[in-house]
Order: sequence, then structure tokens, then C-alpha cells
Amino acid sequence: MFPTPIHQRPIVNQYIYKVFLPISLIIWLIPIFGILMTSIRGLGDITAGNMWGTPSEFLLFSNLHDVFTNTPMVKYTLNSFKVTIPTMLGAVALSCMTGFALARYKFKTNLIIFFIFIAGNFVPFQILMIPVRDLTFKIGLYNTITGLVLFHVAFQTGFCTLFMRNFIKALPQELIEAARMDGASEFKIFWKIILPLTRPAIAALCVLIFTFIWNDYFWATVLIQGDHAMPITAGLKSLNGQWITAYHLLSTGSIVAAIPPVIMFFLMQKHFIAGLTLGATKG
Amino acid sequence: MELNNSKPKRITWWQKNQIKISPWIFLAPGLIFFFIYVIAPIFVSIGISFYQWDGLSPSIYVGLQNYIELLDDEYFYISLWNNLKWLIFFMLAVPIGLGLAIFLNQIVFGIRLIKSLFFFPFVISQVVIGLIFTWFYQPNYGVIAPFLDLIGLEGFSILANENSATYGIIFAGLYPQIAYCLILYLTGLNNINPEQIEAGRMDGAKGFHLFWNIVLPQLRHATFLAIVVTVIGALRSFDMVAIMTQGGPYGYSNVLAYYMFEQALSEYGYRMGYGSAIATVLFTIMMFYILFFIYRMYRNEREDNN
Repeated sequence: MFPTPIHQRPIVNQYIYKVFLPISLIIWLIPIFGILMTSIRGLGDITAGNMWGTPSEFLLFSNLHDVFTNTPMVKYTLNSFKVTIPTMLGAVALSCMTGFALARYKFKTNLIIFFIFIAGNFVPFQILMIPVRDLTFKIGLYNTITGLVLFHVAFQTGFCTLFMRNFIKALPQELIEAARMDGASEFKIFWKIILPLTRPAIAALCVLIFTFIWNDYFWATVLIQGDHAMPITAGLKSLNGQWITAYHLLSTGSIVAAIPPVIMFFLMQKHFIAGLTLGATKG
Repeated sequence: MELNNSKPKRITWWQKNQIKISPWIFLAPGLIFFFIYVIAPIFVSIGISFYQWDGLSPSIYVGLQNYIELLDDEYFYISLWNNLKWLIFFMLAVPIGLGLAIFLNQIVFGIRLIKSLFFFPFVISQVVIGLIFTWFYQPNYGVIAPFLDLIGLEGFSILANENSATYGIIFAGLYPQIAYCLILYLTGLNNINPEQIEAGRMDGAKGFHLFWNIVLPQLRHATFLAIVVTVIGALRSFDMVAIMTQGGPYGYSNVLAYYMFEQALSEYGYRMGYGSAIATVLFTIMMFYILFFIYRMYRNEREDNN
């Protein structure tokens, strides 16, 4: 293990470490504490410049009430779910198939197709912006959730394919050979043998895609204009313009926007980290 | 073997060709989708960069005019220069992430929760991070205002100053990026071969020497990945700029990704052709890194197959 485990060190070092650890955590989380503290304050504290002192009032619930009733926040949150969940399902479904095809069949263009998926996954969004916006207009889906979902599904398929292909490739080949010997069709092999084995990969991709899409801001501004379809990231930005110095509301809104991915992360942390590293450490 | 061979066990055309055709059936939906929304638009964008187009009226072919205009555009150079600053300073996320990972790679009470809390910023939307830091930087109400007073910069607005705005945004951007690198390195440290470390220790390797010669080489996958995602993150920086300064003051914190957006969908009229030219420049820069990444994957594939 590197570095040397702390319990093998002199007792003084152990104490220093144990004191230093929480201190470093607190410093690291200052921005988070900042918004947590501010979300319980009232306008009085804000205008008085009382940012770090004890809040003079506890107004978290009143702030939440304000945010949810006086702004389209509920709508924004719902929209985010409506964009995020179908994208997650769509991209994972497509990439299970593409990943299987690229991991398990030998054909001439296999590697080229694989590399096209990877390359596409890394391109700057701006090179796609105008044609994608145009296309979405032409098929009548500009300013709709469906339009946004369709693009997200397509784009995320790149990353998901990279991940799935590597995962399926690491599965033992004998399973498939044996099934083929028994006369199983290729679809049956995919459905009955491969798919059940990819469950951990599917879980990892689901958490990652959820987080990526929930936090997307760029495409939400390019493909959506009105409140009716706007997800929470873009919604928060537009509220920021109205609130100006109402930091207590801004903080409360930010917390609302951050909660779903944070919950997802804490529930599925193992899968999340596996997703971030496995798809790539193999590369 | 041929047609007259109609024995009891008939093999249909499908059965014979199943293995050849199946991959294409599995690939088709994903590949078609990806082609329409990702691959084709790249070429369409490059094409549009040779036109003058406001998105509504017919486009006019102008050849290299947009690129020639770029060469004379002061704001383009500012953006390009800022992208370079992003590339350099964003890289700090890699060593800082590594340092933190080494610091946290211990087994003490509550360490799992502590690690999770360190990952935290990565999960939160950049919009939220951008908003938090913008507020932190506020000259009078902001969180760092007292510290600025302390060093005699009372009322100094980091994001409104042309020299400091970009650094302010990069600093905010580092917050989630460090968390990202930390995750990569902690996993890397976990996968390290303990025998090699012990062997190194037996040979008397200690401290920095052990780290540099034995640990770091084993972390090369994590390092490679951390560098790739950080470079891509630096060049893709859009959200933070859009939230924190919108390129201001006077375009001094602009980056290519935001400048392109601004030009293409500007409130003074859409300049799709000019925007596409900027996007093409950004794409070309990014392509170096993408090709480098693919080259490495290709090398690994070949090693796997041999």
C-alpha cells in the first residue's frame, strides 16, 4: 500500500493526521457550507453582509416555499427528470447492442467504428451546435423535451459504447462459444447470456448518464427557450438574472438542483466510481 | 455443396449468415443515431464555415472570408489566449488531485465518508458551482470580501477585472476537476501492486524516491486519463464562462467555446458562418488530443491481441 498506512507510523504522526483530516475536509467543503448556510438565511442577513455569522433567522422552509411557489422551479425539476431518465434508458439500450457487436464480432471495420464512437464523444459541442439546432428545427422538435432527449441519447451513445464494449470484451469468450455450439441464435446469446452479465456495467452507466444529463447546461440553452421545457440548470441561470442579490433564494435553488445527482451518487457510489474509471482504465 | 444438396437437415440462408449479419443489426440503431447527430454535423459545420449565413435567409458562399476575418479579430485572439491559460492552469487539477488522493489513501475511522465528501463537487452541476463562486467573488457581499480587505484589495471585483476574470473562473472550474482527478487517482492507488511497493521498500526506497520510481509508473493509466479529461474539460469550458462572466468584461474572459456561441446566436444577429469557423478552429485543436487518445487505445488493442 502507498503511502505507508498511518497506523504503522509514529503515534505523533497518527494524531497529526487525524487532526488534519477533518480540517482539510472543512476547508474543501467551504463552498458547500456557504450555500447551505445561506439557504437558511433571510434577506436581512444578506443585506447586512452577515455571510458566515450565525443566521439571525431560520428561514430554510420559507425560502424553499418561496422558490417553489414564486418560480417555475417545480416545472424545471420535472423537466430535468423528463430529459434525464429517457436519455439514460435510451443511451444504455443502444450501447448494450453496439457494445456487444463491437466486443464480440470480428469484421473489418470493427475498430474503425469503435474509434469513431470514441472520437465523437470528445468533440467540442460547438462544432455540433448549428447543424443539430437546425436539424431539431426541421423535424419540429426545437423547444421540446423530445428534441433534447434525442440529441442526448445519440451523443451519450458514444461514451456508453466505449464503456460497454470494453466491459463485454472482458467477459469470458467460452460462454458464447458454448451457447453457439448448442445452437443458440445470436439474439438469444445477447439477450440470455450477455445482457444479464452486463448488469454492473448498466448500473454504472445509468448513474453516470444521469449525472451528466442532469447537469447539462449547454444543450439546454441551445435547444430550449421557454420555461415549459427548460431543465433546472438553465432555469436556475434564468432565475439568477431575476434574483440579482437574493442569495438566500439562489442558494436554496442551487441546493434543489444539486440534490438529485447527489442522492444518486451516494446511493450508487461504487457503480459511479467503477463507471468513471473502468470504461477508461482499460483504455 | 450446391443446390441439389437438399438433405433432411436444411440450413437456411439466415443460419448460414447469422454471424456475419448480426453485428450490423446490433450496431444499426446506435450507429445511425450517432451518425445523424454527431458525425455528420461535424462536416456540416465545417461546410457552413465557408458561408455567410444568418440562419434564416439563403446562405452566401464566401470561401475563406470567415477565417480571414478571424485573423484580424482581436476578440478571437483574446479567447484563444484564454483557452491557453485554461489549458495550463486547469492542469493543476492533476497534481493536486494526486496529492489529495495520496493524503486520503489511508484506513482510518470514517474515511469512506470523507472520501465521498471530497468527490462531492464533481457531482454538482457546473452551473451551481459557477453561481456559488460568482457570489463568493462579489466585492462587497461576497464571502472572500473580508479576505480581500485583509490584503488591502477592498472592494476589488475579481470577475469584473480584465486581468483576473479568467483566473477567477479557472479557479472555480478547478474545484470539480480536482475532485474528478482525485477519484481517478484513488482508484489507481487501489489497484497498485503491493508486492512491488514492498520490494521497493526492501531495497530501501523511501518517500519521494519510492513515489517517483515505483508508484507513479504504476499510476500511468490514471495519469493518462486525468490529463485527457482535464484537457478536454479545459477546451470545453463553456458553462462556467456563461454563468460567471459571459465572456466579460469586454470579452476579456472569453474562450473559444463561448465566443462561438456568442457569435452564432448573438443578440445582434446570427452569424452562423463565422461561429462555425470558430468552432472549426476549436475542433482542430481538440482533434490533436482526440487522435492522441485513439492512438493510445489502438496501441493497447494491438498489445491485447498479441
